[in-house]
Amino acid sequence: MRLRRRLISRLSGRLLIKRALQSALLILALVIINFLLIHLAPGDPVHLLAGQSGDEKYFAFIRAKFGLDRPLTTQLWIYLTSVLRGDFGYSLGYQQPVIAVITARIPATLLLMLSAVSLSSVAGVVMGVEAARRENSFIDRALNAFALLGHSVPSFSIGHLLLIVFALRLGLFPAQNMSSSQQVLTGAAYWLDVLWHLALPVATLAIVYLAQIMRLTRTAMLGVLGENFITAARAKGLAEGRVLYGHALRNALLPIVTVVGNDFGMLLSGAVLVETVFAWPGLGRLMLDALAMRDYPVLMGLFLMISMSVVVVNFVTDLSYAALDPRISYGRTRR
Amino acid sequence: MNQAETNARAPEGGDIWRSFKRNRTALAGVALLACFLCAAVFAGQIATRDPQKNSEASLRPPSTEFLFGTDDLGRDVFSGVVHGARVSITIGVTVALLSGLIGVLVGATAGYAGGRIDDLLMRLTELFLIPPRFFLALVVAALFGSTFSTLIVVLSVTYWPFTARLVRAEVLSIKEQSYVEAARAMGASPARILLHTILPNVLPLIITNVVLMIGGVILVEAGLEFLGLGDSRNISWGYMLHNGEHFIRDAWWVIFFPALAVSLLVLALNAVGDALNHALDPKARGAHIDKPA
Repeated sequence: MRLRRRLISRLSGRLLIKRALQSALLILALVIINFLLIHLAPGDPVHLLAGQSGDEKYFAFIRAKFGLDRPLTTQLWIYLTSVLRGDFGYSLGYQQPVIAVITARIPATLLLMLSAVSLSSVAGVVMGVEAARRENSFIDRALNAFALLGHSVPSFSIGHLLLIVFALRLGLFPAQNMSSSQQVLTGAAYWLDVLWHLALPVATLAIVYLAQIMRLTRTAMLGVLGENFITAARAKGLAEGRVLYGHALRNALLPIVTVVGNDFGMLLSGAVLVETVFAWPGLGRLMLDALAMRDYPVLMGLFLMISMSVVVVNFVTDLSYAALDPRISYGRTRR
Repeated sequence: MNQAETNARAPEGGDIWRSFKRNRTALAGVALLACFLCAAVFAGQIATRDPQKNSEASLRPPSTEFLFGTDDLGRDVFSGVVHGARVSITIGVTVALLSGLIGVLVGATAGYAGGRIDDLLMRLTELFLIPPRFFLALVVAALFGSTFSTLIVVLSVTYWPFTARLVRAEVLSIKEQSYVEAARAMGASPARILLHTILPNVLPLIITNVVLMIGGVILVEAGLEFLGLGDSRNISWGYMLHNGEHFIRDAWWVIFFPALAVSLLVLALNAVGDALNHALDPKARGAHIDKPA
C-alpha cells in the first residue's frame, strides 16, 4: 500500500516536471518568435530594438550590444540570454528600462481584470446554474439571449454605451482615468476614489466575461445533471439547492476553470480594449501609447510578457486541476 | 467513443435542415446575414454618396438628408456603414476559409495518419495556439504595416489550430467506422478514403466552425481598427469607431451606427452557428463561442 502510494506520488511528480519543462520550452519558442518578428519586419532591426527616436550614436551602441553585424544565430543567442536575464531593452520615450515601464502598469490592469473576473464568476455561475435548472424556460431563453448578445457586441462598444449613459448623460461616474486629478487624496479617500473610477470599466469587462462564464456553466451543468450520482443525491432526499450547488456544481467547475484559465490571453485582450475606452492607466493604455510613439522596445516587451504570462497561467490552470479534481494529483498525495 | 454515439453526431443533411428550420432565432440570423450580404455586394447602389468624401456638413445629426448623420469631416455615416460591410465580410470570410482549409488539411492528416505524424502535427498546432491572437495580430500589424493582406495572413495563421483539433478528433472517431473499413478493404487509397468517405461526414462540423470563426475574426479586425491599426485606403466599421470616439460627447451617431452594424452582423453569425451546432449535436446545447475582442 505504502509502496503504491509512493509510486503514484513519484509518477505524478514526474508529470509535474514534464509540464514545467513543456512550459519552459514554450516560453523559449515565444522568445524565438519575437526575435524572428523583429528580423522579418521591413526596415532596419535596430529601429525595433532601440526605438525610433534614437540618434546615430545610440543606434551604434544598440548594434554593438545585440551584435547586429554578426551571424543570425549569434544574434539569437545574445537576444535570448538578455531576455532571460530580464533585460527587455530600454525605452527612450520613458527614459526607463522596458521591464520597469511595464511592471509599473501591471497593478492597474490586474486590479481591473481580477475585479471583473471575480464579479462575473460569481454572477455567471449562479446565472448558468439557474438557467440549466430550468432548461428551455423563459428565464433560460432570456439568459441565453443575453449571453449571445454579450458574445457579439464588441467589448469597447459595451464600454462606449456605459460611458455615454452613466458618465456623460447621468454624470454618476467619472469617464476617464483611475483617480481624480484635481485633489490629492490619501488613504481610504484615495481608494474610494479609485473604486469610483473603477466602476464603469469593471462593469464593462464583467459583462463581457459574464456571457462566457454563464454559457459555460450552463453547458457543463446540463452535462452533469444527467449523471447517476445526481439522481442518487436527489433520491437521498437532499434539497435541490444542495444538489445543484453542492454536488453538481463541484463537478461542473472543472471545465469552467479550464476555459477561464486557457482563455487568459482573450481575457487580457478584452481588458486592453476596455482600458483604452476609459483611459485606464494599465497595460492597454501603455500599448496604445507605445503604438502611437512607435516605441517598439515597449511594444515587443509587452507582447513577450503577455504571451509568457499566458503560458504561466495555463501551467497554473493545469495544477489547479489537482485541487479541484480528486482523481488527478501532481505530486501531493491526498489524505 | 462507441458507434452509437458517433452516429448520433453525424445526422443526415435533411435532419440538420429540419432542426435548423425550427429555430426562429437562426432564421432571423439568416435573414439578417442576407441583408448584410446585399449591402456588401450592392454598396455603391444602396449608398450613393462616397463614404470617403469630405463635405462642409460636419457632425450633422441623423436626418432625411443624412440618414445616419455625418462625422467630423462631413463624411456620410450611412455610406460608411454600408461600404464597411464589404471590408468586414471580405476579411471575415477570407480568413475563415483560409484557416479552415489549413485546419482541415492538418487535422485530417493527423487524425488519419496517426502515430508520429499525428504527434508532430499536434505539437505544431499547440505551438501556434500560445501567442495570444489579438496581440500577435496587433504586433504584426504595427511592424509590417496594417494592410488587408497582412491582416488576412496573420489572422489565418492564428485561427487554423482550432479547426485542426476539431477535425482531427472527428476523423479519429470516424475512421474506425465499418464503412471506412469497407472502403479500405475494397482497396481505396488513403487519399480517396479521406476525401470521399471521411470528409463528407466531417463537413457539417467544418461549416459550423467556419461560420462561428467569421464572427470572431470580424470582432478582432474591428478591435485592431478601433486601436488605429487599420488599412487607411478603405473605410471600415472599426475605423469609424476609432475616429468617432473623439466626438462621443456631442455626436453619438458617429459611433452608434457602426457599432450597431458590427454587433448585428456578429450576432447573426453566432445565432446561425449556434443553431447549426445544435442541429448537429443536440447534446452539446450551445458550444463555446470564442470572443476575442
